[in-house]
Amino acid sequence: MNTSESDSSSYSEPGVGGMVQDWAADKQTFDMPWGKLMMWIFLLSDTFIFSMFLTGYMNVRISATETWPNASEVFALEIGGVHMPLLLIAIMTFVLITSSGTMAMAVNYAYRGDRRRTAILMLLTALLGASFVGMQAFEWTKLIEEGVRPWANPMGAAQFGSAFFMITGFHGLHVSAGVIYLAIVARKVSRGDYERKGYAIVEITGLYWHFVDLVWVFIFAFFYLW
Amino acid sequence: MSTSADTGTGQQHPVGIYLKIWLLLFVLSTFSYLVDYFQLQGMLRWSLILIFMFLKAGFIMAIFMHLSWERLSLKYTLLLPTLAIGVLIALMYIEGDYVELTRFRYLDP
Repeated sequence: MNTSESDSSSYSEPGVGGMVQDWAADKQTFDMPWGKLMMWIFLLSDTFIFSMFLTGYMNVRISATETWPNASEVFALEIGGVHMPLLLIAIMTFVLITSSGTMAMAVNYAYRGDRRRTAILMLLTALLGASFVGMQAFEWTKLIEEGVRPWANPMGAAQFGSAFFMITGFHGLHVSAGVIYLAIVARKVSRGDYERKGYAIVEITGLYWHFVDLVWVFIFAFFYLW
Repeated sequence: MSTSADTGTGQQHPVGIYLKIWLLLFVLSTFSYLVDYFQLQGMLRWSLILIFMFLKAGFIMAIFMHLSWERLSLKYTLLLPTLAIGVLIALMYIEGDYVELTRFRYLDP
């Protein structure tokens, strides 16, 4: 048993025994910065919001009597005369995963105290996120030109339009907010504002960003591939 | 510094693991794209999509969000409530079927 740690973080066992101790002992249950715990709780509630959207989408897709458009064809691109199904969405997926990778590296460098690398990696993450939003704007423009509206869809079931704009719009909003969040924190990191408080803030920002990527994994599977 | 990783105040892990997971996510995404590219259909398509989806989601949560290094208290706090979502999905699935049958029955499609 480790007794060298301070009182507030005197964890003794891992696993179920430790969990019972965390909840039952006369101490705070979660030993982490409050901001990190609050971010986790927020992300849990956000999980529910996105689950509502995706469940609603599932429900209208099952109950629609008109044919559902084939996403593979709707989101296909013509590149140099070659027909590529779902290409734009694939690129968007790779961009978002890459941004998650750079974010994870930023967290790593932040705890090592490498401010410059942390700020650069966070700005790179924000840049990748911004390009994701740009591609999404392109995708929206393309569909709107083809006559897709939240209440109508020339390719079949009208519900396709509402589900598409609702789900991708809400996700795009999250990405846009994340880009701003990242830019602000990156600036403060490079200024040295967190030298005394510590760099948990970078990990917290990272949690939000990885969550945005996580949601995209589900949207990609259920909306674009299904 | 050596024990700070599991006290929850600072997640410090070797960079290599992030790069490996990054690469793995790329490969998994390519696989799920190929499922569509080769137009696999039926149960094969759906099970592959779900397998790749859950693998990707799992790796992002476990490694990138550091959940596998967190205390069990946090894991359960985050994962148990999502069971309620499973219940909702099941209910809405049944409801969707019912609404579709009702529409075929009463609305002339």
